[in-house]
Amino acid sequence: MADLSINLAGIKSPNPFWLASAPPTNSGYQVQRAFEAGWGGAVWKTLGEPILNVSSRFAAISFNGQRVMGFNNIELITDRPLEENLKEIYETKKRFPDRAVVASLMVEPKREKWHEIVKRVEDVGVDGLELNFGCPHGMAERGMGSASGQVPELVERQTYWVKEVARTPVIVKLTPNITDITATAEAAAQGGADAISLINTINSLMGVDLDTWNTIPHVAGKGAHGGYCGPAVKPIALNMVAECARHPRIRIPISGIGGISNWRDAVEFMLMGATGVQVCTAVMHHGFRIIEDMIEGLNHYLDEKGIASVMDIVGKSVSKYSDWGDLDLNYKVVARIHRERCIQCNKCYISCEDASHQCIERLVDENGKEYLKVREEDCVGCNLCSIVCPVDGAIEMVEVPSEHPPMTWNERQAVLGRLSGCSVDIKSL
Amino acid sequence: MTLFPFFKNDAWRGMEMEQSRLEKNFEEVEPGLTDREAMEEANRCLYCYDAPCIRACPTGIDIPAFIKKIASGNVKGSAKTIMLSNPVGASCARVCPTEELCEGACVLNHSTKPIMIGKLQRYATDWAIRNKEVLFQAGRKNGKTVAIVGGGPAGLSSARELARLGYEVTIFEVENQAGGLNTYGIVSFRLPQNISLWEVNQIKSLGVQIRTNTRVGKDIEVNELLENYDAVVLAVGMGKVPKLGIPGEDLDGVYDAIELIKETKTKPLTDRLVGKRVVVIGAGNTAIDAATCSVRLGAENVKILYRRTKEEMTAYEFEYEFAKQDGVEFRWLTAPKRIIGDSKGKVTHVECVRMELGEPDADGRRRPLPVEGSEFIMPVDVVIKAIGQERHIELIEAFGLEHDHGVVKVNPETYQTSNPKVFACGDVIFERGKGEAMVVVAAQQGKEAAYGIHRYLTKAVSETA
Repeated sequence: MADLSINLAGIKSPNPFWLASAPPTNSGYQVQRAFEAGWGGAVWKTLGEPILNVSSRFAAISFNGQRVMGFNNIELITDRPLEENLKEIYETKKRFPDRAVVASLMVEPKREKWHEIVKRVEDVGVDGLELNFGCPHGMAERGMGSASGQVPELVERQTYWVKEVARTPVIVKLTPNITDITATAEAAAQGGADAISLINTINSLMGVDLDTWNTIPHVAGKGAHGGYCGPAVKPIALNMVAECARHPRIRIPISGIGGISNWRDAVEFMLMGATGVQVCTAVMHHGFRIIEDMIEGLNHYLDEKGIASVMDIVGKSVSKYSDWGDLDLNYKVVARIHRERCIQCNKCYISCEDASHQCIERLVDENGKEYLKVREEDCVGCNLCSIVCPVDGAIEMVEVPSEHPPMTWNERQAVLGRLSGCSVDIKSL
Repeated sequence: MTLFPFFKNDAWRGMEMEQSRLEKNFEEVEPGLTDREAMEEANRCLYCYDAPCIRACPTGIDIPAFIKKIASGNVKGSAKTIMLSNPVGASCARVCPTEELCEGACVLNHSTKPIMIGKLQRYATDWAIRNKEVLFQAGRKNGKTVAIVGGGPAGLSSARELARLGYEVTIFEVENQAGGLNTYGIVSFRLPQNISLWEVNQIKSLGVQIRTNTRVGKDIEVNELLENYDAVVLAVGMGKVPKLGIPGEDLDGVYDAIELIKETKTKPLTDRLVGKRVVVIGAGNTAIDAATCSVRLGAENVKILYRRTKEEMTAYEFEYEFAKQDGVEFRWLTAPKRIIGDSKGKVTHVECVRMELGEPDADGRRRPLPVEGSEFIMPVDVVIKAIGQERHIELIEAFGLEHDHGVVKVNPETYQTSNPKVFACGDVIFERGKGEAMVVVAAQQGKEAAYGIHRYLTKAVSETA
């Protein structure tokens, strides 16, 4: 059994799986149920001035019949008085002292408001604070949430205010609704944040009803954009985590969020630099019980790899993530179709024919049997055929030796620059 | 038996079975897919390119396309795709031997399990039936007329395509309703009559005239058709079950399988088989239908007698399984020699003889030969003949068509007979040993005959012009 415990900027938890600040962490009852199930930590549903919610609030998209590929909500922060939440946080922490209880906070961008709420939540024994600069709907219209989170100066200033009084680690939760998330991540670091968490939800409209022409969801026939999350956002989140992780001026731990549904997703986020992960949609879909497989699967993975502690995998893939200009132009893979595994659905053929480089041929062998073959000299190694192939292992992408030594675009341009007599440092352009 | 606990229940034996109970026995056995089931199954389809299932379908339905349309919520389009290729596609969804055709060719046989193509086809066509959809329109009238003799799958299919090409089409149908075998000859619990009648109505909605209760050669002369129409399609299928050629065939209690099935589809169900011992002679799909029909009519025991073995029987495997599930017993290598009756002329026994297989005969199947001295007597109340169907030789000769023992000779590409004006398709051209007499094949031939006629008549126009 590997050691699954993590230490994220001083916040410790017995495993890297936390519940994200969201409907599943709305009450002590829920968080305690989650802890009973085995969750390592929970970020309490955002505290602030109690709000009014609308009905309905959630919507999801199905893909090819699979439910909840993506999910969105227009629910706001906690709808219960601060005192009640604080009392339940205290009770929960008392009952589960080994778990991480983090308070998510959102107040008006005023120094004294931040000071006041930080003091109150720290008094009940939270392990850390998460500043909600990410919520994209409702609160943003009042200058909070992502309205703050989209402006680096506001992120830095408010983080600074919190750090002025905070005694526990401060995590800044970032919105993805921004061109370059490293700008706000860096601002958080500048403001003194102990860690960042990302991503919050993405601005989204889930759909339009084909019969009523109403938005989905709608509130009395009207809709507003909501926050998008769930498995569909994972690649976006993973990229943003990776971009922060490899950024030289963001040298603080990352709590990864966005479409994490199982231990495999968690491992990916941790390899890309997250010290731990937060989960919401998967729990909304299946309940707290999914934690059992997450812990067990992670454990088995680490044991199989001979890794003693989950902290040892954090960031191990970050150095493998870089800019396009640093990719080797002379590296080449080609598709190879294994006839014995191919079931002849011809999906690779039509994809290549209509959407890539027309290098898969439909042939007939001497026994009159049809088969598919890649014309390797014309294959650009795009992967499309292996992506659409429904049979594992039927199409393999095989590395073929290159005639030329590795050379990146940046290197090439540098060489060309030197050859033309004027040295150009591409990176500085 | 979990589906029909009542017909295996001894409690009712000898008692008069309630009509409603019998009727329940004749309700469709296979449930259709629910919306969710259909959606999940449709989404499982890989949407193969140049899919083998299409090639395996005698009518060439674009199966991946119709399945994709179910998945996208375009169920009307799905039904259209199906019915465009197969004018009796709703019936075929239920009666096709899919595991030998489309589903047998599904590439997922090699990785997981094949798509339930038949059930998805039924889902889409059921939707169209439920929503009273009219899926096709007649083409602009081209001023030419075609007479179709026989309103079964082949004739209907021909009519549909000809109407779409602009021909004025009249179907001459002996029965009270068109649809042929689908309407009258396949048991209701596998193919309810309303399915076939919906298909008939689809064809009527194209302006095709269907003159029912009209026997060509009797109610209307063959020459009349040849003179008054630009072309004729002969799609009369086959006739009654022939005589067994053994003593006792005219006794009370001897039935024609096709007549029996027809009765269950056209008249109130009777209790005359309740508690009876039934033997069915033959082991084709009609024999199976007659046997399961008898079980559901309350027969106490139903045996199928077949003079060859399971290997030679022509019934589909799934039909055979279905019969076994219904409790039908099979007696292989057993042939009837004589039907014995009592003084009132009622069947009481069948004398049988054991058989053994000799050398293969003309159609490649081993010839059954009686084992001398192996005769035995079996007590029965009802004998149902299901040993094939007679050919309409008289009508074929009235048309003056070349034929081989009642199998009309056609050009395999154009379906044109020895009379250039007459085209033939369906069971009337079905040759034993050459493929299977499937509804879906008849449907395809009907289409081909229509195209043959179109080529023939448009060519005639361009040549005279």
